[in-house]
Amino acid sequence: MQSLAGLIELALAEITASASVTRLEEVRVHWLGKKGQLTEQLKSLGGLPAAERPLAGQKINDAKLAVQTALDARRAVLDAAGIEARLQTDKIDVTLDGRGERNGGLHPVTRARLRIESLFRETGFEVAQGPEIEDDFHNFTALNVPAEHPARAMHDTFYLEHEVDGQRALLRTHTSPVQIRALRAARDRLPLAVIAPGRVYRMDSDATHTPMFHQVEGLLVDEGVSFANLKAILHGFMEAFFERDLAMRLRPSYFPFTEPSAEVDITCVKCGGAGCRLCKNTGWIEVLGCGMVHPNVLAACDVDAERYTGYAFGMGIDRLAMLRYGVNDLRLFFESDLRFLRQFRGGWS
Amino acid sequence: MKLPLSWLREWVDIPWSADELSSRLTLAGFEVEGVEPAAADFTAVVVGEIVAIAPHPEADKLRICVVSSGSGTQQIVCGAANARVGLKAPLATVGARLPGDVLIKAAKLRGVESSGMLCSARELGLAQSAAGLMELPTDAPVGTSLRDFLQLDDQILELKVYANRGDAMSVHGVAREIAALTGASLKPQAPVRVAASTQPVANAIVHAPHAAARLLLRRVTGLNNHAASPVWLQERLRRAGLRSINPIVDVTNYVMLETGQPMHAYDVQRVQGALQVRLARAGEKLQLLDDRMVELTPDVLLIADDTGPIGMAGVMGGKGSSITNDVTEVLLEVAYFAPQAIIGRARRLGLQTDASQRFERGVDPQGQGVAMERATAMLLQLCGGTAGPVQQNVDANSLPVRAPVLLRRARLALLTGANIPDSNVERSLNALGMNVQSHAQGWMVSPPSWRFDIAIEADLIEEVLRIVGFDAVQEQRRKLPQRFPKRSEAHVDERAVLDALTARGYQEVISYAFVDPQLQARMFPQQAAIALTNPIAADLAAMRVSLWPGLIKAALDNLRRQQPRVRLIESGAVFLRSGIEIREIPRVAGVVIGARAPEQWNVAKGSADFFDIKSDVCAVLDLAGAAVDFSFEPANLTCLHPGRSAVIRRNGEVVGWLGELHPSLSADLGVSGSCLLFELDISPAITAPLPVPAEISRFPQVRRDLAVTVPLATPLSAVRTRVSVAAGSLLRELVVFDVYQGPGIESTRKSIALGLIFQDNNRTLKDEEADALMTIVASDLGASLDAKVRD
Repeated sequence: MQSLAGLIELALAEITASASVTRLEEVRVHWLGKKGQLTEQLKSLGGLPAAERPLAGQKINDAKLAVQTALDARRAVLDAAGIEARLQTDKIDVTLDGRGERNGGLHPVTRARLRIESLFRETGFEVAQGPEIEDDFHNFTALNVPAEHPARAMHDTFYLEHEVDGQRALLRTHTSPVQIRALRAARDRLPLAVIAPGRVYRMDSDATHTPMFHQVEGLLVDEGVSFANLKAILHGFMEAFFERDLAMRLRPSYFPFTEPSAEVDITCVKCGGAGCRLCKNTGWIEVLGCGMVHPNVLAACDVDAERYTGYAFGMGIDRLAMLRYGVNDLRLFFESDLRFLRQFRGGWS
Repeated sequence: MKLPLSWLREWVDIPWSADELSSRLTLAGFEVEGVEPAAADFTAVVVGEIVAIAPHPEADKLRICVVSSGSGTQQIVCGAANARVGLKAPLATVGARLPGDVLIKAAKLRGVESSGMLCSARELGLAQSAAGLMELPTDAPVGTSLRDFLQLDDQILELKVYANRGDAMSVHGVAREIAALTGASLKPQAPVRVAASTQPVANAIVHAPHAAARLLLRRVTGLNNHAASPVWLQERLRRAGLRSINPIVDVTNYVMLETGQPMHAYDVQRVQGALQVRLARAGEKLQLLDDRMVELTPDVLLIADDTGPIGMAGVMGGKGSSITNDVTEVLLEVAYFAPQAIIGRARRLGLQTDASQRFERGVDPQGQGVAMERATAMLLQLCGGTAGPVQQNVDANSLPVRAPVLLRRARLALLTGANIPDSNVERSLNALGMNVQSHAQGWMVSPPSWRFDIAIEADLIEEVLRIVGFDAVQEQRRKLPQRFPKRSEAHVDERAVLDALTARGYQEVISYAFVDPQLQARMFPQQAAIALTNPIAADLAAMRVSLWPGLIKAALDNLRRQQPRVRLIESGAVFLRSGIEIREIPRVAGVVIGARAPEQWNVAKGSADFFDIKSDVCAVLDLAGAAVDFSFEPANLTCLHPGRSAVIRRNGEVVGWLGELHPSLSADLGVSGSCLLFELDISPAITAPLPVPAEISRFPQVRRDLAVTVPLATPLSAVRTRVSVAAGSLLRELVVFDVYQGPGIESTRKSIALGLIFQDNNRTLKDEEADALMTIVASDLGASLDAKVRD
């Protein structure tokens, strides 16, 4: 019979020589299994004198531990090698496309509108809505545009084969009627700060006009509202919307529902004021109309025009979107062309 | 409105270039939309005179002219019919460059030398068309540069005049504005007063003095209207955008352009009796100058004679008494018509005339006399003749009164937010012709007769700002009151809906709210649509009752653009009519055509079907929250496939529809494959009650599966309902993990595999309890739905 030391040496040699987990398991069974060589050694203890047994037993257990330790170490090496080997073959082409659906996107006008809404909301304005089918009173009369007023010719109105409260129904030509609705609703809890985005309609269709487009109306009515406040909110908004410093200039204008009235130009966002085709070499682009709410409008909403003053403004969302995204043809917005629209996919704020 | 700078300069000194003037006018509220040269570029064109003329030996239509150019004579072959000895006409000398880059060279025309060219107005870019050579006045100095002679190095301003500023629709009016900006006065115009004879007498009767508070009438006889108007007059009219007609008409137009006062000349021979001003009578008709016969409503102000209407006052004259070249006697009518009497009448007839535009906005009620004298003087000068006395009809009570308006210093400061010195306020208002008196609170201001737009304090504030400039107002931020909005958590933001759908691959589109009435009526025959009275096109003539017609069109357009997979959504209002009521309902809708997933390398190919979009619809409905149940029932919509469409209800109320486009519509529209649609009433569909979370059980759940066959027609919803009832309160979840029909199952039946998950909140369920529940469920399904348990 071989010495214990010899057995250990033999066992360790076999362990080291094991090239696979399977072979290593055979080695384990051969040495440490129920009928393994070292296990058999323990069984032989019974033939020893009682006084020698503890020591001999201890030696055998030490031997088993040494072998087990070597087995574990070898197992770890073989496992690692196995994983390594699998990694060498388990390779995918990470440049292939991910599975399933991709995101769609918002329409650029919606994207611009939501941005406008959120900028004004955070400044303290509420967002209001009004009907698209309006009556003469809200679209014109209450806005100080009496019947047959020449200013009505500026609005080529779509009329409907329908009457609302005994008046010919029409498609609103601007978002200004929401001023009337919002102010009438809020007259007992002024101040009112509101914007009203939405679709508007005019009988106009050419390279720069579509019969439906989008406006956003703004209205602030309170005690002591001044033209200086109006200038500040518009300038602030334009710089926030376009994310750049812009010069702004106002030109006197005429809207029946504001007095004084102005058209607002900002530095051309394309050329920065140097002059280009977009701004017809003036360095300025017209972006909106505005003014101080006409006393007749306040009166039509039962608001005391002596105590309260207000400003109002209206701008084209489509136009702002065109300027913001460098779109040069308004009609693209209404042609539903996926090749155009998909380019607006993405997050925004 | 077009005005030549040279004409303005006769009325006011302008210390600025055309560009500077444009910028100043623009910032004062008269937007200059363009500045263009009065004539195209041409060089070396002088006043020539034909001194001799001879026939061309080779051509009947050509003649050989000897033309004096001041420094000598040239031989020029010319084909113009009006070439004659003594005629002065523009001569393009050899080397001249004409508009269109035409270079004039010495040439032989049919064998005859020709050095230079005699020009028509068209060849010089001074007219759209011309009948012959441009005829210059007999006193035109031969050899003078034509550009100098006609002052062609002039610029034309294209001005936008707002609807409230009728007073600025003239040379005089714009000159007044410029003077206010420069601070100078208008140049004095020599007063014109025609030495009138006592004959012939004109006679007018004003029956409607409230509408025609001032009417001046004068008869002028012995006129010669045959000659063309002189070139300077034609040029002025051309530069202001009007065509020369004949001297009498040209004079009335010229005076209108200069003074802003429209006027009309009637052929005396064709006016019977006195000229009358009255309202139209029912049924009266008039043939207008533009040849149209119009029926007049009783609110139309007329110029009439004893036989009937001869003109629409302030709008357009009648054909019958119009001024031809043969006219020798005219009645000149110059009136103040009240805006209310003119407004809208022209537009109703699709007209917009120079006169109506001015009268609607307001013509200076004090300006008629000056205009009458100016026109008469010009008429006598151009056409000879004798002017009779002016007959005046004035109703002083009907003339507009310019009430003084109080401008409070404090109000000016409050409304502008600016500190404008008193002296600037006074200077600005004075410069505009206002009478400004000091007042304890500020100023009492009387606007001049020509201003119709100054009625309230805010009007004056605008005038001050206009003249001092908006730059005088410094921006001032305003603090808004800290007031929390009333925001209902139940109201789900539109953005959440759009985000849910765009996250599932949909692209938002925006289409017109008016659609093709035929397609819409075919899709929704039961729903009354609202028609447009004046649609822009026949296929955009009805308000949409659904977003589908617009979306289908958008989808088809994209298929045509070679986009085979289309997933579009739109959010917007639809317009439903029921009786006299209109409801505007916000909806979101989608259309899907093409593959279920984008074409890619390891996803099974296949077209999207009902269940794909149902999943998208449910993603939106999920916004209503976990506690809300929706039911899907077979739908009965004309435009959808009857076997593959559903109506969605929430608590019994219809909140949406989805399904496949009806195959016959699909075929007619040229859609190959199926077209899937959904539409939701946003508000009732996704209004979200506050979540009320229930207790979570700490005890294990038990699952039992059950496979049954049921008759083919049995809807899954019925199975769900029965299972829920039979299984009772311990049932936590019911999943359907297989539906099968085919081999192994009777052909009239389908197999449904159910997974039931049981759980109690207070204890661990025993297996026997779950088994007992399953027995109850199986027998209930057998009894109620003819279900058979599969082995």
